[in-house]
Amino acid sequence: MKILVCISKVPDTTAKISFTDNNTAFNTSGVQFIMNPYDEWYALVRAVELTEDGKGETTVINVGPAANDAIIRKGLAIGADKAVRVDAEPKSTHQVAEEIANYAKDKGFDLILTGKETIDYNGSELGAMVAEMLDQPYVSYATHMEVEGTTASIKRDIEGGVELLEVDLPAVVSAAKGMAEQRIPNMRGIMMAKRKPLETVPASAGAEHVAVKSYELPAAKGSVNLIDAENMDELVRLLHEEAKVI
Amino acid sequence: MAVLVFAETAKNSFKKTALEAVTYGAKAAASLGTECIALVIGDADNPAQLGAYGASKVLHVGGVAAFDSQVYATAVAEAAKQTGASLVVMSHSSTGKSILGRIGVKLDAGTVPGVNSLPSGSAGSMTFGKPVFSGKAFAQVEVSSPIAVVSVMGNTLPPENTGGDAPVEAVSYTLPAAKIRVKSVERVEGITPLPEAELVVSAGRGVKDPGNWGIIEQLADTLHATTACSRPVADAGWRPHHEHVGQTGVAIRPNLYIAIGISGAIQHLAGVNNSKTIVVINKDPEAPFFKAADYGVVGDLFDVVPKLTEAIQKYQAQH
Ligand SMILES: Cc1cc2nc3c(=O)[nH]c(=O)nc-3n(C[C@H](O)[C@H](O)[C@H](O)COP(=O)(O)OP(=O)(O)OC[C@H]3O[C@@H](n4cnc5c(N)ncnc54)[C@H](O)[C@@H]3O)c2cc1C
Ligand SMILES: Nc1ncnc2c1ncn2[C@@H]1O[C@H](COP(=O)(O)O)[C@@H](O)[C@H]1O
Repeated sequence: MKILVCISKVPDTTAKISFTDNNTAFNTSGVQFIMNPYDEWYALVRAVELTEDGKGETTVINVGPAANDAIIRKGLAIGADKAVRVDAEPKSTHQVAEEIANYAKDKGFDLILTGKETIDYNGSELGAMVAEMLDQPYVSYATHMEVEGTTASIKRDIEGGVELLEVDLPAVVSAAKGMAEQRIPNMRGIMMAKRKPLETVPASAGAEHVAVKSYELPAAKGSVNLIDAENMDELVRLLHEEAKVI
Repeated sequence: MAVLVFAETAKNSFKKTALEAVTYGAKAAASLGTECIALVIGDADNPAQLGAYGASKVLHVGGVAAFDSQVYATAVAEAAKQTGASLVVMSHSSTGKSILGRIGVKLDAGTVPGVNSLPSGSAGSMTFGKPVFSGKAFAQVEVSSPIAVVSVMGNTLPPENTGGDAPVEAVSYTLPAAKIRVKSVERVEGITPLPEAELVVSAGRGVKDPGNWGIIEQLADTLHATTACSRPVADAGWRPHHEHVGQTGVAIRPNLYIAIGISGAIQHLAGVNNSKTIVVINKDPEAPFFKAADYGVVGDLFDVVPKLTEAIQKYQAQH
């Protein structure tokens, strides 16, 4: 089985979010970047589990600049067999999807895995785009997946419940919590990663269609109104009369 | 030109988020000077009722059973072409997220997932607001293609029922065969799912033991609120994973979020700080959550929570 895992680079979960250039660009100064948690903890680990019997192969792909090689190597250290970086500055999800679909179209992957969403853009849309470009089925928010022959059995989260389904491979699946357990790369993995192939391929210049024009931070909260623990009637009154939420 | 809204159903009835999407579509259509047409896929009780939320017409595609993104995306894209839509709207739900990108590719159109404001500008240059960085900031995203495809975040606009029915037109499109076979759907009955909930009661490690959750559930039941939890609580198996909110869990924006025994770590706040009103109950006056709260109670949750439940019951008896 051949699996392609799409990995993206995002600011660390504790990063301070601020903007520069008149609020048109994310301020990267002092920000540490990591592999998107859903891509790393769930999509990649499940792919490695499904291929480490030696009968399969996991490839990680990232669309981004050379500076992303560090997180790509981490993907190899976690257990991917090889890596590909499409050398492009990601400008929109549509463009990234075209690069990934273009790379994948003649490689015969049985499964393409993504994270359920990036924690910076919160798009949750790339998988569906790649699936459409490759004319494959797409299953989002998978929390459990088993593969048997050319069929994947998947559990996915839907609002207020769980759906159990089967899908014919090849397919694109987005991974959510539950799919696998986070793996911390060990020394051996890190050493081996240095010798695994990381191929760079040129971009094919996909359509962008959308652009972020500006950013803004949420309005700062006023100071908290502290209510005496003995006076819950007052809290209920405020929730009703002032906040108007009950 | 038109605005096309895909109105999702669950067990044949329209979800609240679907009615919100139709209301959103109707308001966007009014500002663009065009009409709002709703699309319903599969069995649905009384599609004409979407007229009350602003649809001038309802297109109904029958004979489609379980959800498959290829089938649904084809139906929505065909309807968009047929109606000449310049804006296609759906809910930012598990279904919406599965088809938004597909529809964008089919129509060669720009997509904006999870918008939380009405569009400004006009076809060819429409701009939408959307939360980014897991709720820590907002972005204005411009769509430069002639068609824009967006999914609307829950609780962006309340559904507005102004009465009246819309004519329903049965339509049929050539749809691909489903490659997904849904085996079963297990729903938790009776409670509003977290992404759609207006009232949320959430608890963290401060509750100390899963056996102590009774007081949290009593408060939630009294308020008819949905329960949530912090990540360590879900990781420890005290609560189900789908209740985990935050940057790596579910992102929510209810009207009221009550956080009990949760410290307010940055990753937790990321998923909840767009809530309209936040109440924090914590025994540590230095807990970071108080900085993000509208109302705070410094005290022992085992003492405060039952008192709050009682006060709400008293209020409910009077109203
Ligand atoms: C990459 C990454 C992603 C993460 N994503 C998330 C996420 O999505 N969601 C999330 O929630 N966390 C997430 N975390 C974890 C986060 O950093 C915190 O560790 C977590 O939110 C803490 O949970 P807590 O507040 O329940 O527990 P604690 O931090 O242990 O806080 C317990 C609180 O309860 C209070 N308390 C204790 N006893 C009582 C009492 N009797 N009465 C009243 N108050 C009491 C204490 O004062 C304390 O403030 C993430 C972490 C990382 C590194
Ligand atoms: N630049 C990228 N390179 C490779 N994969 C990506 C990239 N951006 C996003 N992805 C994948 O697409 C998923 C969803 O991204 P998004 O639609 O932006 O929320 C992520 O979890 C990744 O798996």
